[in-house]
Amino acid sequence: MLPKATDRFGEFGGRYVPETLIPALDELEFAFDAAMSDPDFVRTYADLLRDYVGRPSPLSDAPRLSERVGAKVYLKREDLNHTGAHKINNALGQALLAMRMGKRRIIAETGAGQHGVAAATACARFGLECVVYMGETDMERQELNVFRMRLMGATVVPVSSGTRTLKDATTEAIRDWVTNVETTHYIIGSVVGPAPYPRMVRDLQSVIGREAREQMLARTGGLPTAVVACVGGGSNAMGIFHAFVDDAAVRLVGVEAAGEGLNTEHHSASLSRGRPGVLHGALSYLLQDKNGQVHPAHSISAGLDYPGVGPEHSFLHDSKRAEYAAVTDSAALEAFGVLSRLEGVIPALETSHAVAWLLDSVGTWSPSDKVLLCVSGRGDKDVAQVRAMQGNAR
Amino acid sequence: MASGLVTTSSNRIDERFTTLRATGRKALVCYVTAGHPDLSRSRELLQGLEDAGADVLEIGVPFSDPMADGPVIQASSQTALDAGMTFDGVLDLVEQARLKIPVVLFGYLNPFLAAGPSALGRMQAAGCDGLLITDLPVGADPALESSIGASDIAFIRLVAPTTPTERMQLIASHGSGFVYLISRLGVTGMQSAVAPELGATVARLRSVTTLPVCVGFGVTNAAQAAAITSIADGVVVGSAIVKAAGESVDSAVSLAKSLRSGIDQAT
Ligand SMILES: Cc1ncc(COP(=O)(O)O)c(C=O)c1O
Repeated sequence: MLPKATDRFGEFGGRYVPETLIPALDELEFAFDAAMSDPDFVRTYADLLRDYVGRPSPLSDAPRLSERVGAKVYLKREDLNHTGAHKINNALGQALLAMRMGKRRIIAETGAGQHGVAAATACARFGLECVVYMGETDMERQELNVFRMRLMGATVVPVSSGTRTLKDATTEAIRDWVTNVETTHYIIGSVVGPAPYPRMVRDLQSVIGREAREQMLARTGGLPTAVVACVGGGSNAMGIFHAFVDDAAVRLVGVEAAGEGLNTEHHSASLSRGRPGVLHGALSYLLQDKNGQVHPAHSISAGLDYPGVGPEHSFLHDSKRAEYAAVTDSAALEAFGVLSRLEGVIPALETSHAVAWLLDSVGTWSPSDKVLLCVSGRGDKDVAQVRAMQGNAR
Repeated sequence: MASGLVTTSSNRIDERFTTLRATGRKALVCYVTAGHPDLSRSRELLQGLEDAGADVLEIGVPFSDPMADGPVIQASSQTALDAGMTFDGVLDLVEQARLKIPVVLFGYLNPFLAAGPSALGRMQAAGCDGLLITDLPVGADPALESSIGASDIAFIRLVAPTTPTERMQLIASHGSGFVYLISRLGVTGMQSAVAPELGATVARLRSVTTLPVCVGFGVTNAAQAAAITSIADGVVVGSAIVKAAGESVDSAVSLAKSLRSGIDQAT
């Protein structure tokens, strides 16, 4: 009953939740560990990833981007997954787990709507009830995803408290869970929240890195020089990093959202500009004021617009195993267009942050360097927003 | 850290419950959010609630993301934050109020962490008697919990309807002052009836601890308060007081008076 070593990454993580949730977290941890060592569960999950999601996702060469960057760039194509992002890997795994625990009501929070769509998809597939909390601001900027969730039978609940974005949607989902914990499983969409979520979501996403590592070895005969991913809560990044953490020579680069600039009040760069604090059940880097009040985040991309970050990233940051950079809204917007034109791949605005970091890294590589970039999602959900912004700019 | 086993007889919370028990009375615990509806009325409210017969005041330290609170306390927290309330602002309020009844600070972990390692000492100097941190369940942070347990501040812990009996025992043995039993699943807020399984939960809790048991979450009126204190040592009223305080200090005070008489008539 007292905390286990697996609850923490160094000092980060833990279970800072209302007492009501403790038994549910115990149950979840037990169920997850049992499921992952049950060959039937593992096979069912793997079959779904292959036959429903379309895994393994391809590894694409990126010749024109490579020329521009000055290193050989490879794209791990999570954008080609069913529903268009990495989020489905986690949602399906947790939905299976919920059924195993006998819970048929699912709740989820969503920012960009990709996790909400993934949860709605998994629930439609298994006939589960699905309630998605989404900030009103995000419902406006990700209208298409709201429609997709509703189309698949999910109830989307607008959240009008606080900043009306991902942070508040998460708080509201926790409130629902505290109320309905006996019938409901909460599918958290990233490597955040109380233990066991950060570890569980990482493990469910680690298929990204396992595949990519094999694909790199098969394609290039070696490991990448660097692995690059965007970081909101950090699930696509942990998913691709995990297989490489023990390969000390491989650089791991996480890219946060610098919003309007790191020296403004309007960004989401928890690791670059925050300090450790407790939000949503875990100790991790957090944007907060000197009184410990959470500072509202900002990013052009709803999926990165979160003042916290997964505790394992805080650990990788402090232990210097990974490096974290931040990219502004305008650089991300530019990169959105660049990847579209150079490779015919329209990335999500979240992913565009990782692309922007790569574009900015020109001159730092030798030509034989290999960079593995996680294309966490496709940009279809963002084209209306980007078009509107470009229209305004003209 | 097993401060429940150590009788800190100097603590005003213990004294209060000892007196109540000796006179066969039950405790009225009132929650208010510090700085709500504004600073001066917040001060009046504390005094008014003491005069109305509250036995313990829980003073909420506002937090930007109160995940265990319903709409009423969320809104009061935001109002207080917008007016500039801080951890030290709460301590000033407590210090100036010079209440004769014990005061428990109630809140979330992050503002407490941000207040730094001297927070406990400052709390004591300001006249606080207890601390309850909603998102610090037993075992979440043993080092921090033992520093609180070793202080003279009573460490009030929460027990939920979902808590297994074994864990109730663990919780009670790591707490002091009283145990706060959450009457039902969910966030703070007002409820029309007392949960039917409450009696059984109180009995389970009593089987593992001798600490006073106070029940809260959802209590709105004198009848509910009376029903609860017929099985528990005290009742905690939060959202209903905060909502009334949003209308006027007087209406919060008259609610407290009616709760008081409801409890006293039943016992
Ligand atoms: C395509 C895409 N990438 C990245 C993210 C950020 O989440 P995480 O950091 O957990 O991968 C999101 C979140 O909505 C997303 O939709």
